Amino acid sequence: MWSRLLDVANLPLAALWGARVWYFLPLLVVISFVYAATRHELAGPILAQAWHTAVWIVGFMVVVFVALLALTLWV
Amino acid sequence: MKRPLTVNDGDQTVVIDLKDPYIAGFWAWLWPGAGHLYQGRTSKGILLMVCILSAYFFGLFVGGGHVVYASWTKEDRRLQYLCQVGVGLPALPALAQSYRVFVAGEEPFFHRFMAPPRQPVIPDSMDQKSQWHEALGYRWEMGELYTMVAGLLNILAIFDAISGPMGIEEKKKKTKSEGGKRKAKHGGAEEEIGIAKEGGA
Repeated sequence: MWSRLLDVANLPLAALWGARVWYFLPLLVVISFVYAATRHELAGPILAQAWHTAVWIVGFMVVVFVALLALTLWV
Repeated sequence: MKRPLTVNDGDQTVVIDLKDPYIAGFWAWLWPGAGHLYQGRTSKGILLMVCILSAYFFGLFVGGGHVVYASWTKEDRRLQYLCQVGVGLPALPALAQSYRVFVAGEEPFFHRFMAPPRQPVIPDSMDQKSQWHEALGYRWEMGELYTMVAGLLNILAIFDAISGPMGIEEKKKKTKSEGGKRKAKHGGAEEEIGIAKEGGA
């Protein structure tokens, strides 16, 4: 059980330092800005909406990540 | 010709002249951001252009220039291209290459840039498509992802060029006109976006 837990706990760290995970960052910025720009007209509201969208996307991904992590532990 | 939109964005009122929305929509498809530039929404046009094109070209670069191609054969249906073509002109060379390969039966030009893989594509064999996959590894998927997302994002931008921002409500009340122009007021200052002319509009 503990060795399995340690294996799983090492996964995020390994993934974080791997190159692939960083590919999400430019995509996050681009999606947030374009989505915000299609919902507002002025720079201020666009920036605020972009930040809000980015936080929402990252939050959603974290929730999915934690759910999958939990699933790997108990399934 | 659509009348200018008057919308509340945050605590400010903005007038947006969409000009001819369908011409703007066409420009927005052909070159991301160009529709907004045509409408005089310069900052937004530049923002959309930079974001969408950088995502598209980054994906194309990561995918070794092979991830954008058009093919509709039984073995190789490129549904991805339906998303990628959303960026307009930057994805159109793939159609020309596809025409040369599948219709004219000639060799693609420009060193096979955006050309379909050498035919035939045979599943479970080491054809050219498989070689690309082997050479690029996960970068193939990343390249496809970036170029597809760029195309899909530009569809949002096209809608914005045709009908204005989606998230904010149109203000029904007519704003004051001054010197043949409508001006939007915020905090004592005035701002014009896509200047709308009175009378004919």
